[in-house]
Amino acid sequence: MNSNTSCPGLPPLKILLVVLCLFLATACQDTEPPPPQISGPVEPAYGDAIVSGTIGDASNLIPYIGSDVSSSEVTGLVFDGLVKLDKNLEIEPNLAESWEISEDGLTITFHLRQGVKWHDGEPFTAQDCLFTYQFVTDPDTPTPYAADLMQVETAQVLDPYTFRVKYKRPFSRALYAWLGDIVPRHLLEGVNVRESPLARRPIGTGPYKFETWKAGSSIQLKYNPDYFRGRPYLDRYVIKVIPDSATMFLELKAGSIDQMGLSPLQYARQTDSKEFKARFNKYCYLASSYLYLGYNLRNRLFQDKRVRQGLSHAINREEIIDGVLMGYGRPATGGFKPGTWACDPNIKPVTFDQDKARELLAQAGWKDTDQDGVLDKDGIPLAFTIVTNQGNSQRLKTAIIIQERFKEVGVKVKIRAVEWSALLKEFIDKQNFEATIMGWTLPLDPDPFAVWHSSKTEPGGLNFIGYHNEEVDRLILSARETFDQEKRKAAYYRFQEIIHEEQPYNFLYVPDALPVVASRIHGIDPAPAGIGYNLIKWFVPKQLQKYHYQP
Amino acid sequence: MFFYLFKRLLTMIPLLLGITLISFTVIHLAPGKPTDLALDLNPAVTKEVKEKMERLYGLDKPLHVQYWNWLKRLAVLDFGNSFATDGRPVLDKIGERLPITITINLLSMALIMAVAIPLGIASATRPHSLFDQATTVFVFVGFAIPTFWLALLLMILFGLELNWLPISGLTSYNYDQLGPFMQAWDRVQHLILPVLISAFGGLAGMSRYMRANMLEVIRQDYITTARAKGLKERVVIYKHALRNALMPVITLLGLSVPGLIGGSVIFESIFAIPGLGQLFYQGVMSRDYPLVMGGLVIGAVLTLLGNLLADLSYAIVDPRIRVK
Repeated sequence: MNSNTSCPGLPPLKILLVVLCLFLATACQDTEPPPPQISGPVEPAYGDAIVSGTIGDASNLIPYIGSDVSSSEVTGLVFDGLVKLDKNLEIEPNLAESWEISEDGLTITFHLRQGVKWHDGEPFTAQDCLFTYQFVTDPDTPTPYAADLMQVETAQVLDPYTFRVKYKRPFSRALYAWLGDIVPRHLLEGVNVRESPLARRPIGTGPYKFETWKAGSSIQLKYNPDYFRGRPYLDRYVIKVIPDSATMFLELKAGSIDQMGLSPLQYARQTDSKEFKARFNKYCYLASSYLYLGYNLRNRLFQDKRVRQGLSHAINREEIIDGVLMGYGRPATGGFKPGTWACDPNIKPVTFDQDKARELLAQAGWKDTDQDGVLDKDGIPLAFTIVTNQGNSQRLKTAIIIQERFKEVGVKVKIRAVEWSALLKEFIDKQNFEATIMGWTLPLDPDPFAVWHSSKTEPGGLNFIGYHNEEVDRLILSARETFDQEKRKAAYYRFQEIIHEEQPYNFLYVPDALPVVASRIHGIDPAPAGIGYNLIKWFVPKQLQKYHYQP
Repeated sequence: MFFYLFKRLLTMIPLLLGITLISFTVIHLAPGKPTDLALDLNPAVTKEVKEKMERLYGLDKPLHVQYWNWLKRLAVLDFGNSFATDGRPVLDKIGERLPITITINLLSMALIMAVAIPLGIASATRPHSLFDQATTVFVFVGFAIPTFWLALLLMILFGLELNWLPISGLTSYNYDQLGPFMQAWDRVQHLILPVLISAFGGLAGMSRYMRANMLEVIRQDYITTARAKGLKERVVIYKHALRNALMPVITLLGLSVPGLIGGSVIFESIFAIPGLGQLFYQGVMSRDYPLVMGGLVIGAVLTLLGNLLADLSYAIVDPRIRVK
């Protein structure tokens, strides 16, 4: 095809470009042909690599210290925990082959896998587990993740492959804390962790060994041939840093990265061509986070629950999901991930019902007596400001949609987007706000203690809306101290009923995760845990392999 | 001359101290602490953990003590360790990105000079002609077009549709396996779009400046004299007029020395270039005081040196200044 014939199927933007650059006489071509179709069953094969796009560089590759997404992506492949989560988010053995929990729920005894070696050849033993506990709880380790392991009263090594921890009181989250990576004692003991070379060259027991790090550009990992769960099929795992998501998407289409998370807009509008679908597989599953509109309950505007209920009915959640997420999400009902054991499926999202909203607000005494379109009570108008963080367009759009709907029921809202650090310091931590749109990431264990318990209402606490309910406090603590999932479930169901009734948050939505992976990579099996849980089983059939390495 | 230089260097010390004091105060006035990013809104963090981390970074001490400690370290050129979780020395972090940013800025400045000066001269010698007006439109379009937009369009064209140039980054994935010649070529390919685009935006300023200077010089009596002597127009313009018109450009060059280490966040993000702009932006956003201060000090020193350099080269070029 030469430049005189127009390229079929080009969107107007590209045609404009081609016109703009008419002086360039050249051929128009696809950047990369779609992979050939394979007939018959595909055989798993070793080799090839996956290049994953990420928006930020990793910071520190020692587990527990780097808290950013990219660092965790690397440490998750280089290190292992005693236990791990399977495709259904249930706990399964990893470095520990099995474990026993004592009758009283206070002691856990782990039996470790034998013959596991660190990437430098040293054997892995119970001493490493003990050291990990000491390392994380050491006051000189700058980690935000010490709280769960601080609950441990004593940790001891019974023999090289048996490790026992004893808790002060039963702690339902105990096993989840051991999802955390085990770090090598022989490399970190007696070392100032802030100067350890492991931060730039980690050594773990995981499926991939660290290979190279080009600061700000890429990190490359190489397969671990001796991995105890079997050698991963893909020879390399590469993380490429591309801060701009539009550029990242172009790199994906050009074939220089194989995997990225799409925005709802890209997922819905820019990835539907036949060519794209031949070269990539798109996935869609519920993400582990939710967005909410939280009210500062110390403010007298929001002390009456009928006001919060009324406002909640004034919000059209479907409209927000359609407008902000292009439909890729679902209404949130409470602080748990829909579909997990803790989430009560009987609780339905608050309906969009403006009459009910007006009625509830009127019951609470808010009426438009001066006919100015804004409800008032005792001469005070029902007007407030929603604060959210700058730079998050989804939150800002949500705020704008809510502002419009609130106006229709006579509530006046101003929106203020503040830089993240300033938002936390000046508004959230000082509890100096009226309402806020923010999100929570849902932890693997559903324990809502940190966000909803009344002891967390002090300045800087996460219960910054000032929610206080004695029954909720009791329920949270009782669920925290039992390993019996049925008992915890009963407590959490009741907890959700109360929160649903009182509406201290107007829960908004749970977004979908929208990853895309090059179609030459096989073996991906989407599950409640997402797609990454079985990465070591991903492979590229021999005839489709793109990158080749000397063994 | 030497005395002059010595005096200038000496006055720079209190100036620099003043700059650091103001910068240090201002950056600490911004709400939030470096520990916030990692700790706030993290359900796994308790109050004790927060206090522990603040002690580790020395943030529990009064501000003047913190400044004094920082200054003492600066005196021996120790910029300290970054407060980011990697905890690396600030100088290392700046050092690994400095060559990238300087390379791109130098190339782009050279390109601007190479295009804008002839453009300015050509416009000035034919004022208000069609050529003059066309270049005016061209350079102002360059000035007005948002970088990120143009960058994306060119990436789609050259990277995706034509497949001539890489889209982003500094090197290709297989860079390490290439021969030395191909490695150099690979780097050149990666630099073409970023340099082109950053230069495009700077054309307007420099070419307008050059045009104005040239127009002014051409109106001077000595140019009339030169013409009256019967010199060729080429000699008049390039020998007599150009030299004088270039003088103010030297000042401008001196002033752009600190600009050499300044990177643009948007530009670097779009092209996935690990430059200083991104580093300092992240530093400010996460309140990484040592990193931000390190960047500001280096910038301040370069600004002061740039000014000095401009003054000195002025003295060399213009004999009237040298006499004093």
